[in-house]
Amino acid sequence: MGSPATGMVLTMLIVTDEEYASDATEAAVLSARQHPMRILTLIPRPGRGPDQIDAQIKVGGDDGPGEVAIVRLRGNRSAHANSVVIPLLLPDTPVVAWWPADAPPVPADDSIGRYAQRRITDLSTSPDVPKALAERRAGYVPGDVDLAWTRLTSWRSALASMLDLTQGPIRSAVVSAEPDNASAILLASWLRECLNAPVEFRTSEGPGITEGVLITPAGDLRIARPDNNVASLSRPGVPDSTIALPRRPLPELLSEELRRLDPDEIYGEALLGTASASSI
Amino acid sequence: MTNPLRDPRDRRLPKVAGPCSMILFGVTGDLARKKIMPAIYDLANRGFLPPGFGLVGFARREWADESFAAEVHDAVREHARTPFREDVWAQLSAGIRFVAGDINDPKAYGRLKAEVSALDRERGTMGNRVFYLSIPPGLFPVVVSNLRGSGLTESHEDEWRRVVVEKPFGHDLASAEALDVGLGEAFAPDEIFRIDHYLGKETVQNILAVRFANAMFEPIWNCNYIDNVQITQAEDIGIAGRASYYNSIGAARDVIQNHLLQLLALTAMEEPPSFSSDQVHAEKEKILSAVQLPDDIDLHTARGQYAAGWQGGVPVAGFLEEEGIPPDSTTETFAAMRVTVESRRWAGVPFYIRTGKRLGRRVTEVAVIFKRAPHLPFASQAVEELSDNALVFRIQPDEGITVRFGSKVPNTASMEVRDVTMDFQYGESFVDTSPEAYERLILDVLLGEPPLFPNSTEVDLSWRILDPVLDRWAELGQPPQYASGGWGPASAYDMIARDGRTWRRP
Repeated sequence: MGSPATGMVLTMLIVTDEEYASDATEAAVLSARQHPMRILTLIPRPGRGPDQIDAQIKVGGDDGPGEVAIVRLRGNRSAHANSVVIPLLLPDTPVVAWWPADAPPVPADDSIGRYAQRRITDLSTSPDVPKALAERRAGYVPGDVDLAWTRLTSWRSALASMLDLTQGPIRSAVVSAEPDNASAILLASWLRECLNAPVEFRTSEGPGITEGVLITPAGDLRIARPDNNVASLSRPGVPDSTIALPRRPLPELLSEELRRLDPDEIYGEALLGTASASSI
Repeated sequence: MTNPLRDPRDRRLPKVAGPCSMILFGVTGDLARKKIMPAIYDLANRGFLPPGFGLVGFARREWADESFAAEVHDAVREHARTPFREDVWAQLSAGIRFVAGDINDPKAYGRLKAEVSALDRERGTMGNRVFYLSIPPGLFPVVVSNLRGSGLTESHEDEWRRVVVEKPFGHDLASAEALDVGLGEAFAPDEIFRIDHYLGKETVQNILAVRFANAMFEPIWNCNYIDNVQITQAEDIGIAGRASYYNSIGAARDVIQNHLLQLLALTAMEEPPSFSSDQVHAEKEKILSAVQLPDDIDLHTARGQYAAGWQGGVPVAGFLEEEGIPPDSTTETFAAMRVTVESRRWAGVPFYIRTGKRLGRRVTEVAVIFKRAPHLPFASQAVEELSDNALVFRIQPDEGITVRFGSKVPNTASMEVRDVTMDFQYGESFVDTSPEAYERLILDVLLGEPPLFPNSTEVDLSWRILDPVLDRWAELGQPPQYASGGWGPASAYDMIARDGRTWRRP
C-alpha cells in the first residue's frame, strides 16, 4: 500500500477469526467515514496447510475514505502477524488494536497490541463473562477499553442528566440486567465509584440492562428500559417522560471509541472496581 | 452541588441540555422548516435533548397540536441529517404544542403562556424558556413587548429565559442599537443569542484551533510574512426567490457585516488567554475596533449587480429582471472592499473582502497570502511559475486547508520551481455525519454557552465599519452590472490592481 496517507488519522488493526472478520471490518469501514483510517484485518489461521499469507486490498471506492487490507496468515505465519503489520502502519499517527472476540490476556503486551495506544476488547462476545472480566482486570493497562463500556455511554449520560436536576445525597443505587451482562456489571461498578454508596445488582429477564435507580431521600430517580429501545424516566414531583435509549450498532460504538485516543481513566476505575463487587 | 456522576475526566458523557421549552415564532418560514426543526430532531436523535423538552409553535394558523406536529414531522423527514427513528420522534412529538394567534394580539400571548405553563406541568420543562424569533426584525418590538406584557419573560428563581434572533442584526448602526434596546426591554444581554450559522461551522472554529494549537503557524502570522488576506464568500445562485428581503438588504449587509467581518476577526485576532466566551469576545472586539476603511472609498471598494447571462450552461436572469426587483433597484449583489487592521501585527497588510451572487462557484474561504521569499537563489526563468505561498482555510464546500508552495518540477534539465498544493480535507469525507451548524448553535443556546454568538458590541462595531461604505454607495446610485458566472465587476479587479495585487481564483 504505497498510496499517500492523505487525511488518514489512524491505523486500525483488527485481530480476529473468520467468524467475526467481516462484521468487524464492515463496522470499521463505516466508522472510517468519521475517522478516516487504514484498516488491517488480521486473520491468523494456524494449523496444518501451507505456510502462506493471503491479502485482499480495497482502496477508495464507495466504502468511504478508508483503506482496507484483509490479511490471512496461514500455518506457522499465523504467529508472526506483527512482522506483517510493521511496514503497513501509517507513519506517526495513532494505532488502535481491536479484538472483536478472544482478546489476549494482556492486550498491551500482545505482539500486535503493543503497537497500539488504544486497545479495544469486547466482553460481550465472551462465553464466560465473569472469567473474561477477571482477565481484563488482571491485564489492565491504561489505554485498554472495552466495548461493553462504550455501550453504556447513553445509560450513563441519562443517569447523569437526571442527577443534574436533583439536590441532595444518593443513598444507594440499583442496576437491573440480564445475568452476567458485562455492561451492567461495569455500570454498577461505575456508580459505586462515583456515588460512594452501595449499589445493588438485580437479575432481570433482559434484554441487556433494564433498569437503573438512584435512591435519594426525596425519592427514587428511575430509568426503566424494558424493551431495548425506549426508556421511561421517573423522578419525584415531575411527570414521567420517555427517552430513546437504543442499543447502538457496532459502527457507532467504534466511532465513539475512536473520538478520543487517550486512556479512558474512568473506564479503568470502573473495571478495577468490579473486583470489589465480585459478589454480584 | 456538583453532580457525582460528572467527572471532568469523563469526556464521553455529552453535555445534555437541561429541561426547557422552545417557543418558535415564524414556524412557517423556510428557516424553521429547513434548519431549525430538523436540527431539533437531530439533537434529540443524538441524545442531546432532555426528556423534559417542549416545542411550542406560534403562528396565525388554525392548527391543532397534531397538525403542527405533522408539519414538524414532514420537515424532519425531509431535512433531518440523521435517520428517522419512530421512538425518537414519539418522544419529541409528545412535547409539541401549537398556539394559534396573531403576534399583535396580546390575548394570544395569554394563551401561549397557559400552554407553556401546561408543558411545565405535563412534560417537566421546569419553567425554562427559549424564545426563537425566526421572524423579520421589524416584528421584534411587538413580539418582545407582548411577551413581556403576558409575563412570559419573567423568570422565577432557578429558571432561565433566552431569546434567539437571526441575522440581519439591523441594517446599520442606528437600527442595530435600536434592536438591542427593543430586546433589552425584556432580556439581559447574556440572554440574547444572535445566530450566525457561519460561526457554528466546524471549519470556522477550526481557524482558531489551527492558529492557536500549533507551533508552526503563529510565528509567521504577521505583517513580516503575510502580504495580504483575501476573504471570499461567493454564491453561484441568484437571489432565489428572496427578492423583497434581498432588495432591502444587499450583499454587504447580508454577508460582510456578519460573516466576513467575523471571519476577519477570527483570522486576525490575538490569542485569547482562554477560550471562555468573554475572552474570545474581547479579542474579537479589539480587532473589529482596529479595522479601518480606506480614505478613498471609491478607489478601494467595488459593487455590482449581476447581469443576465449564462451560468453552467444555463441561461440566467439578471438581478434587475428578477421577479420582485424594481428595475431601478440600487441594491448591490456583489460587494468588495479593502480594510486594514491598525495594529503592530497587521500594519500594512490589506484584508480584501468580497461577496456576491451568481459568481463562478459556491465557495467560502479565507486565503492568507504570504510575501515572496526575500531572496530566490534561482535563475529568474526557474521560478517563473512560482507564485506567492498561500494558506487557505476552506470554509465551504470541501472544508479543509490548502497550503500552496513551490516545488521542483521533476525531470527538467535545469532547476524549475512550480506551485504545488497540499490539502487537508476536513469535511469532505465525513460530510454526512458532521453536525449541522444549527445543531451546534441550538444546543449552545439550550446549554447557555455563548462563545459562538456575536455579542452586541461586535455587531455594533461591524456596522461602524460598514456604514460609511454603505452611505457612500447610496450616493452613487445604481451599481454597475457584472457578468453572471464570473468573479464580479471590473471595478473589483481594478480596486485590487491599484495595490499591485490580484484576486485569487477560489
